[in-house]
Amino acid sequence: MSGVEGFMYPNEVALQWSVLIVLYPFITGLVAGAFILASLERVFRVDAVKPTYRLALLTALAFLLDAPLPLQLHLGHPERSPEMYFTPHSTSAMAMFGYVYLWYLMAVLVLEIWLDYRRDIVLWSQESKGLLRLIYKVMTLGSSNISERSLAIDERVGWIVTIVGIPSAFLLHGYVGFIFGSIKANPWWSSPLMPVVFIFSAMVSGIAAVMLLYMGVTKLRGLKIDIRCVDTIAMYLFYIFIIDFSLEMLDLIHRIYEADESFRSLDFMVHTKLFVSQIVIQILLGTVTPLVLLFVTQVVKLPEIARKRIYVTAGGLALIGIFAMRWNVVIGGQLFSKSFLGYTTYKMALGTREGLLPAIALTILPFIFLWILVKLLPPWSEKSIHGAVAAD
Amino acid sequence: MSSFKDAGHLFRFAGLFVLAFLVFLVVRHYVVPKSFGEYGHYRGAAIGDVAAHPVKFAGHETCEGCHTDILDAKKNGKHAHVNCEACHGALANHANDPASVTPVKPDTAVLCARCHTASAAKPKGFPQVVSSDHSNGVPCETCHNPHSPAIDAGGAK
Amino acid sequence: MNVSRRQMLILLPAAAVAWKSVLAGTPEDSPNYRMSDHWWGMLIDISKCIGCGNCVRACQTENEVPDGHFRTWVERYHVTDENMVSPQVISPDGGKEGFPAAAEDAGKYFFVPKLCNQCAESPCTQVCPVGATFVTPDGVVMVDQKYCLGCAYCVQACPYGCRYIHPEKHVADKCTLCYHRITKGLTTACCETCPTGARQLVDLKNPKDPIHEFLKTHSVQVLKPQMATGAKVYYNDLDGSVR
Repeated sequence: MSGVEGFMYPNEVALQWSVLIVLYPFITGLVAGAFILASLERVFRVDAVKPTYRLALLTALAFLLDAPLPLQLHLGHPERSPEMYFTPHSTSAMAMFGYVYLWYLMAVLVLEIWLDYRRDIVLWSQESKGLLRLIYKVMTLGSSNISERSLAIDERVGWIVTIVGIPSAFLLHGYVGFIFGSIKANPWWSSPLMPVVFIFSAMVSGIAAVMLLYMGVTKLRGLKIDIRCVDTIAMYLFYIFIIDFSLEMLDLIHRIYEADESFRSLDFMVHTKLFVSQIVIQILLGTVTPLVLLFVTQVVKLPEIARKRIYVTAGGLALIGIFAMRWNVVIGGQLFSKSFLGYTTYKMALGTREGLLPAIALTILPFIFLWILVKLLPPWSEKSIHGAVAAD
Repeated sequence: MSSFKDAGHLFRFAGLFVLAFLVFLVVRHYVVPKSFGEYGHYRGAAIGDVAAHPVKFAGHETCEGCHTDILDAKKNGKHAHVNCEACHGALANHANDPASVTPVKPDTAVLCARCHTASAAKPKGFPQVVSSDHSNGVPCETCHNPHSPAIDAGGAK
Repeated sequence: MNVSRRQMLILLPAAAVAWKSVLAGTPEDSPNYRMSDHWWGMLIDISKCIGCGNCVRACQTENEVPDGHFRTWVERYHVTDENMVSPQVISPDGGKEGFPAAAEDAGKYFFVPKLCNQCAESPCTQVCPVGATFVTPDGVVMVDQKYCLGCAYCVQACPYGCRYIHPEKHVADKCTLCYHRITKGLTTACCETCPTGARQLVDLKNPKDPIHEFLKTHSVQVLKPQMATGAKVYYNDLDGSVR
């Protein structure tokens, strides 16, 4: 059989979960991470990151709307996916995740965005014309009450939603980790650390993404980047990255030390099939390098321009590293045989339903969603009265 | 309380949720298959779907119902427990309509070799030969009756 | 070899009636089959398997198994080392056309037929998000192909590699223990065509089933017992090197 070394059970040779299933935890990770950054301001009163608050929420929403799409493309029968809501199997992490996703989308993210923007939405609904006016009117749910008291209520409720939202964000991405971590049949996946590693790597990716987006969008608008904001975000990124790296090293050390029946096979796989994606890209380029770069900015007083360049580099490398981590978990988990006697190869298609091109398209799509959201609900405070009628 | 007036929009949002939930319940009632949950968290009628799959191998008892002479020839020989369709292939369609479906006689050169070609991998006590040494291309049925293959048991032709 | 015309006239109607009644049995319609009376499993005797591949071919015929996918397959082990951690295993096309002849050497060889273990604590049914795969009251793990989403979570969760996604139907597929046969009093296609009796269907709830005596007098194992799947395919003479 082509691409097989050693022995694989005959049904194991072809991979079941493709690059789309790598993309999915990456995207939901960005959602959870972006939300955690937003909650830093709202709940933990870290004022320095306020410039990114609304952008982080819109980013989370844009990616959350994109998240189900790789799953739908992967399913043999996507038209049956509502069955997950009608007859969810309570022992299935995947089924329970359907409800966690819905909860997070509606009761946390949409609600929080709506509450934060409501005053602006009411004003825009009064100022705009035509289709936009209708859209804003619908978003007001027919209430134009923006009195002091109502806005104070919004603030209070929004604060509670964020408090609830933080564990919800952990649940959102922790569940994705549990989907893998609970599979006893697969020793590469089965671990109680898996949900925790997923959560922390999600935070790294989400924070890095919002930081890069803020810096990029601000530059595009020709404005000055708030360096105090970016310094603060980079600091949080650094500390959370340390925790993420520690957890992954703990898993590695534990595996090497215990050396159970799967160890020889997995160790060989990491050194051969996953050498580039795990050792080079995920660990060296995607984790150690950004950590060192960020560490330098934390201990050495560098000029602003140097710090910005380092943040962009570190953020970009971190995103690549977290994507590589998802790849190594999902694809890596299917490259070795459960007999521990062989390996197969992932032949990624190009233009088919689960190929590289749809994966790239689904990675670009959330940025299109974000663009639409930013046009509809501008996060910038100086435009909040004029709204989306004027071209941005 | 005046705060209700100022929280009116929140009630509308909650109301949307409740409405959506009710619509969901109604749709669910119509969409979920009726036999779902009959025996467990699955569509009970699915068991019947699987059980309704057509049968392709008739099973030796059905063959023996008509072919009693073959049964007699086999029952004291070495192939007594080798069922008919192990060699003759799936013949439920023949059992359904014996006159119109005539089974094809298997090619012994391929068939016998599958089991009886010598290999270090096979159990030691199992009868196996290297066919070139054993028969040198002569068809197996020249000396062996497939239904009672042992030569000294009077099975030879 | 030939049934005489006279014999045909006598035997045919009786056999036809018997055959038709076999075909008619369904678990719901037939009063003959009650699910609660049965608890199905299989016994595989490694010492008897000759690697002929009859079972793999018969299963493909009976169940229209697509090429390249297997509801059952046979593996050939070659164990040369004393610590049993590096057997050489092959399964050319699942063993469908048998195996190449093995050369005599110091090691030992044996064949291991594999199929769905019809686990009583099945990890695959645990993860299905919608209830499209399940364990029947008589102990057979099945897929509801009209309900399955094709997400392949169950395929990932099976420790034995016995599931696959059907390339045309795009749903999960696996051995059904020939449920459509065993509910009619027939045995599975693989057991029917096994020439040495290495594979035998067992009904653990039937007190007259020979499995009960066999389990008392032989040492049997299941595959991957550490997974605690409640596997119901028992292997006699299973070597420690088998994965």
